[in-house]
Amino acid sequence: MNNIMITKEKIWKMVLLFSLMLGMTACSKKEDTAPEFQETNLAPLSVEFDNIVGERTLTFNNTGSPYKNAAGEAFTISRIQYFISNIKVTTEAGKTYTVNQDSSYFLIRGDDKATRFAKVKVPEGDYTNLTFTLGVDSLRSTMPVDKRTGVLDPAAGGGMEDGGMYWGWNSGYIFFKFEGNSNVISDNTSGDPTGKKQMKYHIGFFGGYNAPTLNNIKVINVDLRTAGIARVRKDRQSNIHLFVDVMKVFNGKNSFKIAEHPNVMFDDFTAKIAANFPEMFRHDHTEN
Amino acid sequence: MNKKHWIVWCFLGLFILACKKDNPVKEEIEKFLGFQKPANFPQPAYNFANNPVTRQGFELGRALFYEPRLSRNNTITCGSCHIQSSAFTQHGHDVSHGIDDRLGTRNSPPIMNLAWNKAFMWGGGVYDLDLQPITPITTHEEMDENLENVLNKIRVLPKYTAMFKNAFGTEEVTTARFMKALSQFMVMCVSSNSKYDKIMRKEAGAVFTAEEQAGYVLFKDKCASCHAEPLFTDGSFRNNGLRVSPINDKGLYTATLMETDKYKFKVPSLRNLQYTAPYMHDGRFLSLAGVLEHYNSEVQAMPNLDPVLNQNGKPGIALNEDQKAKLIAFLNTLNDKEFINNKMLSEQ
Repeated sequence: MNNIMITKEKIWKMVLLFSLMLGMTACSKKEDTAPEFQETNLAPLSVEFDNIVGERTLTFNNTGSPYKNAAGEAFTISRIQYFISNIKVTTEAGKTYTVNQDSSYFLIRGDDKATRFAKVKVPEGDYTNLTFTLGVDSLRSTMPVDKRTGVLDPAAGGGMEDGGMYWGWNSGYIFFKFEGNSNVISDNTSGDPTGKKQMKYHIGFFGGYNAPTLNNIKVINVDLRTAGIARVRKDRQSNIHLFVDVMKVFNGKNSFKIAEHPNVMFDDFTAKIAANFPEMFRHDHTEN
Repeated sequence: MNKKHWIVWCFLGLFILACKKDNPVKEEIEKFLGFQKPANFPQPAYNFANNPVTRQGFELGRALFYEPRLSRNNTITCGSCHIQSSAFTQHGHDVSHGIDDRLGTRNSPPIMNLAWNKAFMWGGGVYDLDLQPITPITTHEEMDENLENVLNKIRVLPKYTAMFKNAFGTEEVTTARFMKALSQFMVMCVSSNSKYDKIMRKEAGAVFTAEEQAGYVLFKDKCASCHAEPLFTDGSFRNNGLRVSPINDKGLYTATLMETDKYKFKVPSLRNLQYTAPYMHDGRFLSLAGVLEHYNSEVQAMPNLDPVLNQNGKPGIALNEDQKAKLIAFLNTLNDKEFINNKMLSEQ
């Protein structure tokens, strides 16, 4: 009997101890200390590319209420799509993880909301920094045809006049394709001779196959500390929500007028526009 | 031997005959040797390890090469502008004549010895044979189609799904398989049986005439630094001092945007010139006499003129009439009749 009493007492003590421990773990969960960084301990992370235009949301061909750039030119948008690749995250302690190259190419298309997420897997951890490439790196741009699958398939998206992003005659990808209309565009050969008032910005050039040429690849670095670090855990979906302000194409540090450059594809001016790209990306918040 | 035995022998004989008659395919299998490097050629540049040539892959590539569905309205094939009897050029056309009678801006180059090419197109821009066909397929003046549509048109044809299965193991039609099959056909278009080749390989009875030999000596002195043997091109891009064309085609510059690449075009091979007139990237010269006179007296002094054409203070390569005749005699030894008549490369 006595023995049993002792046992009961022991059990009570153990229950108490357990409750205490449970309480402690609960506390630590609330604080959510980052798990140890392990390259094999992968969890989901998404980066959301939410296209906006200045102070307004993105709508296509909105002729009733066109957008207006800093030069006062009214325009509408008919297409916006770009490649995001080589996603990399860094913890406060400086640990960096680069997503496997084969799973790190995304085509963000303004007309297809489902494409706005770049979904990757990174080790569980708290990340204060996000790095990605706007465009397709030079290595992938020169790979054999077998390695060009999915969004990198030269057949994907139809032809150049449609959603295609592969340049056949000048082997490489269009990194950033932005098209629309503006009444400021002339009807002559320096504007749009078809009279449709179309503007076309097809920005590519990865630096050349064997001799160095124009390189418009832009590596974008986003500090997540102000608007919210990404706490990546297996049991949830951390989402880094970026605003991509397309207006910055015109209003960035190399601001220009649509009337003066309605078509930019195969010339040195592409570099001026590409220099505006990093300004487009703004971290709004992170959903953890 | 009794009667029964005779009957058996007769049947066996019949079977053998039947096999031979019904099975030209079997003979072709035996004859198909894949890609063979000619003895007098260097190692090819094409990566065969990534795309070994098989009979099935080659035949699929050949079918696709002659397939009009590669063009928007199913009228133009690769063979339309690359005609075998013209050594896979569009003989008689200064610039290529494509879909809806549209005219391009450049002369159709030959599909010939491409396994040794490191860069494609007159003005460069393409550096991998497996990606080259996208250019003519999508060019407005050529096939004016997009690759996605082409693959969709091919996918619904049992003829092709069967051929893809034979060549690649499954019926799946992908960009990579489509391109690799076309490459398998194109790398097999090897021209290496001209009189020149037979002489170089010391084949029985092959000798230059005295005039050809004199031309060969002149050639080595005046032409071979760019038109290097045995391919008769060094594969480089050079400005050979042509007057700027009315459309101001800037050549390699268009792809690289490098000032130093302005008006540079790919050095063409000199093989099969008999079948491939007119000459130059825009087909401006109708005859070899016109080409040689360009080098003799019409080379323009311009900023990017190739240094080898700008020696002794005068642009060009001085050539008198006698030298021109000898050079042309030598160039005629580079014509390869077997190449333009090779049935294996023809539309079946």
